Amino acid sequence: MSYLYTRRRLVNMVSLSISVFTMLFGLFWLGWILWTLLDNGLPGLSLHVFTQSTPPPGSDGGLINAIFGSLIMVAVGVLIGTPIGILAGTYLAEFGHRGWLAPVTRFINDILLSAPSIVIGIFVYAVYVAKVGHFSGWGGAFALAILVIPVVLRTTENMLRLVPNSLREAAAALGAPQWKVISFVTLRAARAGILTGILLAVARISGETAPLLFTALNNQFWSSDMNKPLSNLPVVIFQFAMSPYEDWQKLAWAGALIITLSVLTLNILARVLFRQKANTQ
Amino acid sequence: MLFRNLTRFAAFAVLALLAAIIASLVVGSMPAIHAFGFGFLTSSVWDPVKDEYGALVPIVGTLVTSGIALLIAIPVSFGIAIFLTELSPNWLRRPLGIAVELLAGIPSIIYGMWGLFVFAPLFGDYVEPWINNHIGKLPFIGPFFSGPPMGIGMLTAGIILAIMVIPFIASVMRDVFDVVPAMLKESAYGLGSTTWEVMWNVVLPYTRIGVVGGIMLGLGRALGETMAVTFVIGNANQLNKSLFMPGNSISSALANEFNEAVGTLYTSSLIELGLILFFITFIVLSLARLLLLKMAQREGHGA
Repeated sequence: MSYLYTRRRLVNMVSLSISVFTMLFGLFWLGWILWTLLDNGLPGLSLHVFTQSTPPPGSDGGLINAIFGSLIMVAVGVLIGTPIGILAGTYLAEFGHRGWLAPVTRFINDILLSAPSIVIGIFVYAVYVAKVGHFSGWGGAFALAILVIPVVLRTTENMLRLVPNSLREAAAALGAPQWKVISFVTLRAARAGILTGILLAVARISGETAPLLFTALNNQFWSSDMNKPLSNLPVVIFQFAMSPYEDWQKLAWAGALIITLSVLTLNILARVLFRQKANTQ
Repeated sequence: MLFRNLTRFAAFAVLALLAAIIASLVVGSMPAIHAFGFGFLTSSVWDPVKDEYGALVPIVGTLVTSGIALLIAIPVSFGIAIFLTELSPNWLRRPLGIAVELLAGIPSIIYGMWGLFVFAPLFGDYVEPWINNHIGKLPFIGPFFSGPPMGIGMLTAGIILAIMVIPFIASVMRDVFDVVPAMLKESAYGLGSTTWEVMWNVVLPYTRIGVVGGIMLGLGRALGETMAVTFVIGNANQLNKSLFMPGNSISSALANEFNEAVGTLYTSSLIELGLILFFITFIVLSLARLLLLKMAQREGHGA
């Protein structure tokens, strides 16, 4: 009896210690990666990074063309993907109570949410880049837009479902047609939540490299032409990091630090925003 | 009515998108399918010079690295989820949850760089020789764990994938553990169970479907992960017993070769690789969603 008791306590203690250890294990990697980034990225960060374009090996330069290209493509991607995501999410939450379309779309969307992004790159290459005949900023933006849709759709639907039905009924009772109820009452009530979804989508696509490899490719020079290959941070980081030149690798680390800090800031911002919204409800 | 149809059209566009992705991949890989048939799946030849291609090496690489990742990630995620739901003091729960989600938010290319420049050298200098000397000498599993300690290779790729999927699996596990009715747990505690016994004999059986769903979700991520693997797998089209040796995965083959591919058959073979990857992840992710849906239905919230 006491043997059994001791054994059970022992098993419990050992497994709970392992649990604490796994938590530390997870935090350890996060800490290590962030420390590496700061350690290698900070020395490379200088004013030049934000004022000059990517250099040929051996000379001084920065990342401004890549930062600029990334910003444009992310912005265009979000501008294309967000409306589709919000509209489809609205359909799922507001109209999709009957019929097959809503459940099927929900299911497919959940799969697109975690579909390999490199396949999206190949898709855009096949239907757009190969047809046009050259890599371009538009191609990159389209690929990113496809990645935005599922994230925004999912959060829009979830947030609309949180809006109490009495709100809809009150607006309908005042004689508002359904489109007015949805666009002026329910969507507005879910605004903060949907914005969170958009921020998360921006955070997700800012660091995506794989879908840009076959679409936007890279451009060594300053360019704002969406019809030409467009420089972007992730692909520059990839090429520079894999290169044998030390100054390129240094720039890659600086770029990696910039991109990680922005993505993590966006993530935290989205969570803070959502928390505020949850508090006011 | 117009508004309704507009939203319906958008929902339909999402379905059409998936159909278009599948259709374009199938059309793109037609030349390779015609040329190699099912032999594509079992051949390990990848020779752009002779224009002969087979997908066996990348497929095996993808499955093996993802398998290693799951072997490491499942127990670790389970531990993290237990800590977050049962052990953590209340004030720590939120910051730790955010930390886990930040780990999920780090772009995969950063994992790749860190893996190549920081992790792989240390791993090759200190860990692999140790594994060589201790595990490499064992019968049966020994051959898998011996070889030149170069740092990069299948094992390294698997470990980095594990770090990447841990946050995904852990957060699903935490979410499904949270829905276990408090009464069930309290009854078990009331009978004198230890925390571990409650987790292992009450919570885990109750959430089994959801946990498996979360694992499948993590597997789906690991299968399609590109950049992190491309940096550290070594990109060699060869089959090796040893996990220390460089290999190739579907996604890393695509990332490395797609832009340099010349000729219809080369490009088409790469697109077929993409189709295979999409097919595998589609099945895995569908299973994950079906399981999680079942879990949610049993919860009583409906789908």
